[in-house]
Amino acid sequence: MITMKNNNPTLKALEAEAIYIMREVVAECEKPVMLYSIGKDSSVMLHLALKAFYPEKPPFPFLHIDTTWKFHEMIEFRDRMAEKYGLEMLVYTNEDGVRQGINPFDHGAAYTDIMKTEALKQALAKYGFTAAFGGGRRDEEKSRAKERVFSFRNSAQAWEPKNQRPELWKLYNTYIHKGESIRVFPLSNWTEKDIWQYIRQEDIEIVPLYFAKVRPVVHRDGNIIMVDDDRMKLRPGEEKCHESVRFRTLGCYPLTGGIMSTADTLDDIVAETLGAVTSERTSRVIDKDGGSASMEKRKREGYF
Amino acid sequence: MDGLLRFITCGSVDDGKSTLIGHMLYDAKLIFTDQEQSLELDSKVGSRGGKVDYSLLLDGLMAEREQGITIDVAYRYFTTDKRSFIVADTPGHEEYTRNMAVGASFAELAVILVDVAHGVMIQTKRHARICALMGIKHFCFAVNKMDMLQYRKSEFIKAEREIRKLAAEIGLENVTVIPVSATEGDNVTSHSPNMPWYEGKALLPYLETVSVDEEAESVSFIMPVQRVCRPDMSFRGFEGQIESGEVRAGDELTILPSGEKACVSSILRAGEEADAAHKGEPVTITLDRDVDVSRGCVMAKGKLPHVGSLFTAQVIWMDDVPLSQGKSYLLRLGTKTLSATVMKIKYKVDADSGEWVAATRLHKNEIALCDIAASGELVFDPFKDSKALGGFLLIDRVTYQTSACGIIEHPLRRDENLTLQQTDITRELRMTQMGQKPLTIWFTGLSGSGKSTIANALEKRLYGLGRHTMLLDGDNVRMGLNKNLGFEPEDRIENIRRIAEVARLMNDAGLIVLTAFISPYDDDRKNARAIIGCESFVEIFVDTPLDVCEGRDVKGLYNKARENEIPNFTGVNSPYEVPDDAEISVSTVGRTVEECVNYIMECLWERLRI
Repeated sequence: MITMKNNNPTLKALEAEAIYIMREVVAECEKPVMLYSIGKDSSVMLHLALKAFYPEKPPFPFLHIDTTWKFHEMIEFRDRMAEKYGLEMLVYTNEDGVRQGINPFDHGAAYTDIMKTEALKQALAKYGFTAAFGGGRRDEEKSRAKERVFSFRNSAQAWEPKNQRPELWKLYNTYIHKGESIRVFPLSNWTEKDIWQYIRQEDIEIVPLYFAKVRPVVHRDGNIIMVDDDRMKLRPGEEKCHESVRFRTLGCYPLTGGIMSTADTLDDIVAETLGAVTSERTSRVIDKDGGSASMEKRKREGYF
Repeated sequence: MDGLLRFITCGSVDDGKSTLIGHMLYDAKLIFTDQEQSLELDSKVGSRGGKVDYSLLLDGLMAEREQGITIDVAYRYFTTDKRSFIVADTPGHEEYTRNMAVGASFAELAVILVDVAHGVMIQTKRHARICALMGIKHFCFAVNKMDMLQYRKSEFIKAEREIRKLAAEIGLENVTVIPVSATEGDNVTSHSPNMPWYEGKALLPYLETVSVDEEAESVSFIMPVQRVCRPDMSFRGFEGQIESGEVRAGDELTILPSGEKACVSSILRAGEEADAAHKGEPVTITLDRDVDVSRGCVMAKGKLPHVGSLFTAQVIWMDDVPLSQGKSYLLRLGTKTLSATVMKIKYKVDADSGEWVAATRLHKNEIALCDIAASGELVFDPFKDSKALGGFLLIDRVTYQTSACGIIEHPLRRDENLTLQQTDITRELRMTQMGQKPLTIWFTGLSGSGKSTIANALEKRLYGLGRHTMLLDGDNVRMGLNKNLGFEPEDRIENIRRIAEVARLMNDAGLIVLTAFISPYDDDRKNARAIIGCESFVEIFVDTPLDVCEGRDVKGLYNKARENEIPNFTGVNSPYEVPDDAEISVSTVGRTVEECVNYIMECLWERLRI
């Protein structure tokens, strides 16, 4: 049912656009960094960065915000990629949050604020990065659909959606004042389907969690949560079971719902994605706190 | 690009743009079920009394939902069996016209909504004009809210007539007009039984089949250089995206603006070795010889783009701060950024009538034809020939806002004609004859800081040394050459520009020029430096604190300013921007005039030597 053209014109155009954007940032911005979340979008970003600057290595460091609650397989994958491509991989954790014992089970939205948003802000400030690449796509969510490719943050790292800089043709105005920074989204115009088709076309390595496998899980509040380590305490009535699941997005394991699936090849995943009836963010527990505008609120506060 | 259509929706406020696209996605089953549920949930608390409000699918910002309007462009992605689409849903309010232009800059086709009851409105005209300006060649006017007028053909015909008239006025080429109801879904995804008299296609089938291929495309190779890739001494490649034509290994390329030539040794296409690469592809090119290539250069083959610094362009103003003639901006074109001045606003275009109106200022959302002078050589083409080398931004030097976008109409030949008339007696010959190096010594400082006094003493000293000098100050300039200028911002800029041009002419004549003007704004001083040229320009900041100047108050001006008798008096009710790049800074407190002059002469000594 899926016909895969070797030379898919849409993917070619999207690839060219992303490479163009990455080169612009490196040519114009003082201190760029690539946010590396280890997910499939990050894998695509890394692949594009390798292509854009070849034979040079990507001329910027990579930054991973480690909440200490990521899937183990993600951390292994991160370290392997950094080694394989000789990347400068910076890992940052909000140690204050760790000391206070902030965790996703007890602290809900505060956990995301402290361990992700705040940690990201701290890391960007610590290294003085003026531009940060992110893998955000406009098809993910409504407020993202409104965001420019070059998205400006004031000195408090907040987004001002009502006053975005006009962005015309391919002419990106990268001028900023001291203390301000830019978030850059080279994958803005990609859809989830494009990401999967590109991963297949280019044979890009991704974390095995994306492929279905029998894993230890519990069913909680309508989500399928994987028991990735013994910090996950079962609630009364809950039972650990082994089911064939895969993940459409990856993040902190207690906040990432899997889906029942037997798709264990890229072809199967693309087939499932093409036929998907729900958007991928439904499997993220975090977006649903606070109704449909919650992502915009987070972004205004500095979330990626 | 095969198979993908980028289009925008625009039109006046409340003509139903977001609703139309929302309904199309909904009917064509192009949205995910969780979005559908969230939509139905939101609609219950919305303003349509529990009926589905399709616009909520697109109006994603909180402020938009609260006010029930669209503020910024929303991009949506969908695919049918026949085609993939990216649609930019743009705001209708005049206030957000610039966001509409953002959407138009990326689109190949525009769907413009018209409320059948209101017909063509000012915003309809403005949007159609901007779309055409930004290079959109295909237009679909959706005459909306047909349900409100009982789907009457006569009402549609009336609106269509107005649309055709507008299209003829602006010169739109491919125009389709479709009667629809966005809320009810008539003629959105399929032909409506409510309007059997309409024989054309419904909107979605039209979008699926319309051809937007460019007929006469340029085949000459053009690639603006984004960056030089230099991982080690053995590799030097030039990164960029091919904007037109193709390139092959062995091709001889011309590097612009220098005009140097070199042949292609190798091509990396998206990081992989290739024999050739084509339009749209990202490449890294290596050359067979060492030529001077950096970011902002353009590699070309075949018909070469223009090289020059003067051109005429249509400008859409986007900044809250209006455009002033003579002000200097950063100009971004292709991968090149340099400073540029809008020399002249030739006329403004009235959004309603399309008439040309004389103007000296341009406000937000207005369109004008302007003459622009860049501070150096630019590689460009008219926009109609090349989007990549014909579209540009103007960026404010202080706020860094994107103040305007523009499209180049044609180069101005004036500078070439002028430079052709080279005279035989050159600046160098005059310099030798007079036995001195021409220089402009630009004094800046508060009123009463001692500029004129020191300049006068310095001139006497130079005269004593046998130098040929000329002192320009308020008295001999404001009362003669510039007596038609007031103190408005445009006039202030023009005042400094004329002084700088006169100083340059006098430098050409071999003279050492001293100027003594407050020149409070950094921008203006930069502009003067650009006109006169760095090699002949020395800025001296006469550093006297405000309270000292006010204490001296030789002309009694501070007193008057404090009494509010003089508006815009520098230091009192108008700012003085302290220079941070002045060559010489001289503090007058506790120093005699003689001591100040001695100090300046010491600093200047090297610059005065032949």
